[in-house]
Amino acid sequence: MVEDYYAYPDAHGRFGAYGGTFVAETLIAPLDELKAAYLRLRDDPAFQREFADDLKHYVGRPSPIYHAKRLSQQNGGAQILLKREDLNHTGAHKINNTVGQALVARAIGKQRIIAETGAGQHGVATATVCARFGMQCVVYMGAVDIERQKINVYRMKLLGAEVIPVTSGSQTLKDALNEALRDWVTNVADTFYIIGTVAGPHPYPMMVRDFNAVVGREARAQMLEQFGRLPDVLTACVGGGSNAIGLFHAFLNDREVRIVGAEAAGEGIATGQHAASLAAGRPGVLHGNRTYVLCDDDGQITETHSVSAGLDYPGVGPEHAFLKDSGRAEYVGVTDDEALAAFHLLCETEGILPALESSHAVAQAIKLARELPKDKLILCNLSGRGDKDVHTIAKREHIEL
Amino acid sequence: MSGRIEMRFADLRTRNRAALIPFITAGDPLPEATVAVMHALVEAGADLIELGMPFSDPMADGPVIQHADERALRNHVGIADILGWVREFRLRDDATPVVLMGYLNPIEIHGVERFARGAVAAGVDGVLIVDCPIEEDAALQPLRAAGLARILLAAPTTTDARLARALEAAEGYLYYVSFAGITGAAKLSADAIATRVSGMRRHARVPVAVGFGIKDAASAGAVAAFADAVVIGSALVDRLAGAGSPGDACRRARDFLLPVREAIRESGENP
Repeated sequence: MVEDYYAYPDAHGRFGAYGGTFVAETLIAPLDELKAAYLRLRDDPAFQREFADDLKHYVGRPSPIYHAKRLSQQNGGAQILLKREDLNHTGAHKINNTVGQALVARAIGKQRIIAETGAGQHGVATATVCARFGMQCVVYMGAVDIERQKINVYRMKLLGAEVIPVTSGSQTLKDALNEALRDWVTNVADTFYIIGTVAGPHPYPMMVRDFNAVVGREARAQMLEQFGRLPDVLTACVGGGSNAIGLFHAFLNDREVRIVGAEAAGEGIATGQHAASLAAGRPGVLHGNRTYVLCDDDGQITETHSVSAGLDYPGVGPEHAFLKDSGRAEYVGVTDDEALAAFHLLCETEGILPALESSHAVAQAIKLARELPKDKLILCNLSGRGDKDVHTIAKREHIEL
Repeated sequence: MSGRIEMRFADLRTRNRAALIPFITAGDPLPEATVAVMHALVEAGADLIELGMPFSDPMADGPVIQHADERALRNHVGIADILGWVREFRLRDDATPVVLMGYLNPIEIHGVERFARGAVAAGVDGVLIVDCPIEEDAALQPLRAAGLARILLAAPTTTDARLARALEAAEGYLYYVSFAGITGAAKLSADAIATRVSGMRRHARVPVAVGFGIKDAASAGAVAAFADAVVIGSALVDRLAGAGSPGDACRRARDFLLPVREAIRESGENP
């Protein structure tokens, strides 16, 4: 039984059995430097003030909680509330983290920024803060993802970033992460690596969580103010898990709030064509941390599938692995088809076009709502907007634009 | 511990020559060529062999070894195959130390204790796990317990305090990564690292090997002048890549390694 979920990670970056620092020797020193800098800045009121100020005036926070009444009514069960991260500058929660990490990079004097990206949202959010601070920006992106997220690739270029296609392995997010790590190990003296999710070696899972935790802190206060109580259930999509941990974190010690993460079940977990690391994977080591991974019996990481590039990842943040094992959170699969159906339903009932990633969370909220009475409140993290996915959806539904 | 690594370095010390350590990826370019290539490398002057265990996500490796891993994995090369090849190699060679090099996930999924038992039984002498630094040593404790040498890395970014810890904990030899980067990247500057390696050798209980960036006879000779061992990997793997048969692979291995060994001999004998 975990007494206090805020006691994690420990000094070694461990969330129970998960997390840690599984990297090559060359990266230990820069990670130690980053950890020292971040711990200092975390307790520095001036830094926190500047971060809060940027979140308010640049990102546009707080994001509202919106009661999706028609969706709830049509669905016929509990009330679905949406935390509108899609209304942030650049269109997703990803900007919370990149604003924070750019401030850290500036504080330790690094002028060259690298990032990996899957759907392109983190790449765009990184290119955005680099433009704002006049920093050089290099984004690694799998060649497959470049094809499915052309609009975001162009956005990054408009923002002055260099987008480098990654053609190794499955040519998706995990390979972009490998390539970014290779760049970092080579250019470690002047380069800051802005990881886009709560994975990677310590201190990234902690730091990225802290920067996204504003989502849950806001949501908790908004719930008390707007509804006079906490939600009954939280749900969010989980790829690497940064938007999910961002929402969940402020509620971890509120044991009465049920927490459900929605992973990408792709064409169905039974088909093997999915990216549900927690629901269908096993503990292993990938990209610098111990966590649940999707791999074969030889320990080779397997290729994943999801209609949404942002969830197409064979690992997951170590804190989610810890929350799963401790029983604090449940993780379930949502298929491509279910996510697509939720996408259309939200468009048609509420006039909100969600990202394909976030559509997984919406689908899960719809499922949960059906099982619960009308007076229950489900808070769903609408982590991003779907403009970037319009081409993917049209193509999937055989529509020529 | 098997003692092969210690015996080999002790022998080389009496001859005042640096060790030559070629690296190949197990199962590449042809699974049936691995054992034959290991013997060919020994015939051409290898003092110790590092055998890479392929991994789907080799984040510390450059494109050459990454592609070698991909080729090996297309042939479904796994730990059982690799241990089998070491066992077969040992039938004809009981003296040349063999070190397995790879990433943690395949070993953990195989089972660390099971891996340790299998490796010892096959005749493996040491293990170098790239993504398991000294902070995460607990993960590999069963390897030490089984008597396998835990080879540790040091890098240009390693602080003096950490280096002292690594020198204390290192078994077999300490692998010094000559520059911050991935395998097979830029050419190294021997002069720049000579001072640091010489300093490390004064404090080390184990020999200090230098790898990354050593591409040919000239760079190997330059490093051999101040290191206990020279590791050469990507350039060799690249040479083997196009081999069409085990015989062809052995020929390529010998042709590559002979001049490298010549350069080391000269530099050791005329310091």
